[in-house]
Amino acid sequence: MLRIKLPVVLVGVAVSILWVAPPAQAEEITVTIDNFAFTPQNVTVKPGTKVTWINHDDIPHSIASGTQGLRSRALDTDQSFSFTFTTPGAFKYFCGLHPHMTGSIVVEGTTGSAAPQ
Amino acid sequence: MTTHDDGPSRRKVLECMTWAGTGVLWTVAGGVPASLGIIDEAVAQEAKGFTFLQISDSHMGFDKPANPNAKGTLEEAITRARAIPGKPAFMIHTGDISHLSKASEFDDAEKIISQARLDVHYVPGEHDLIDEDRGKLYMERYGRGTRGFGYYSFDANGVHFIGLVNVVDLKGGGLGYLGPEQLAWMENDLKGRSASQPIVVFAHIPLWTVYPEWGWGTDDGAQALGYLKRFGSVTVLNGHIHQVMQKVEGNVTFHTARSTAFPQPAPGTAPSPGPMKVADDKLRTLLGIADITFKQNEQRLAIVDTTLKP
Repeated sequence: MLRIKLPVVLVGVAVSILWVAPPAQAEEITVTIDNFAFTPQNVTVKPGTKVTWINHDDIPHSIASGTQGLRSRALDTDQSFSFTFTTPGAFKYFCGLHPHMTGSIVVEGTTGSAAPQ
Repeated sequence: MTTHDDGPSRRKVLECMTWAGTGVLWTVAGGVPASLGIIDEAVAQEAKGFTFLQISDSHMGFDKPANPNAKGTLEEAITRARAIPGKPAFMIHTGDISHLSKASEFDDAEKIISQARLDVHYVPGEHDLIDEDRGKLYMERYGRGTRGFGYYSFDANGVHFIGLVNVVDLKGGGLGYLGPEQLAWMENDLKGRSASQPIVVFAHIPLWTVYPEWGWGTDDGAQALGYLKRFGSVTVLNGHIHQVMQKVEGNVTFHTARSTAFPQPAPGTAPSPGPMKVADDKLRTLLGIADITFKQNEQRLAIVDTTLKP
């Protein structure tokens, strides 16, 4: 019985690691817009990660920031916008229509280096 | 001039009605406490009695469950406007004419609103400046003779009207925003005016802080209101929050109009300020227009909010 159970547990652990720490590699993540809020509001990613925002509200929202290129058109219901973060650093953004909605993407430096990729 | 000392009780009533959200008829004394002694009555009385209308937040193009037929309810609002006794002098529209700044949405608004057969003075809402060219369509249609993204002033029947734009260049974490250029223009616009001239300021987002958690206020609104302190009768008309709210502070009456498209929840009563879905037979009791009257020879201003359905 033990011999059979052990691999199952290991697989379970592996799956949960993937869930808890999604950006183990440069990947893709999604930030949803629901009820006038970005979820997750603050997220840390590896360089090269493509972030996609999708608006689930009945009201248009947009992504605005002081970062070159990190600015979307107005996103109507179910529309999305993607941006690939290549440079380490903290990138704050907000909704261009409802600026009290804020969020941030922190792009990790590669092995302690803060230099752009 | 007799001044009735009805302030506290009136305010209390207004406060209760405001938060219950059930106000249908408002009559507000916009006069000045006599003790201030800054009123030049003779000049103030040059303001002849007249009525103008306010509509707001038509959101042409909105088709979500909270109101799949925003065109239909705007048509009903205009029908209401035409039924108001006495010919109003003109209409103001406090923004969010369109939902997504599409040419077709502005066209629909124009087709319907022109049925009122009144001059309309517009200011933009944040929904009106989100076309590809960020405001080009709005400015082509409504921006003639204005500055920035559409601010301006005009005089009518002795009353000075100022239309402000507080939906441009918004700052992360902030609220509505007027900006230094517009504020400097406003200060200059008011310079040299008699303190007894009634002033009406209109803008999309409330200039007073209604509920910052939902962005319902203007970051530099206090500065604009500072320029108005010396005036005896100031009325501030806004939209954006899709419900009637009123506050009287000194000589300033703040008032927000209903939307003609969909209601929004009272502050803090829902997870977000998004469109509020109500029972079909209730929708028209939460949409409407306002008419504002300056009565001849009285330093009084009356705001009457009319819903599409009693």
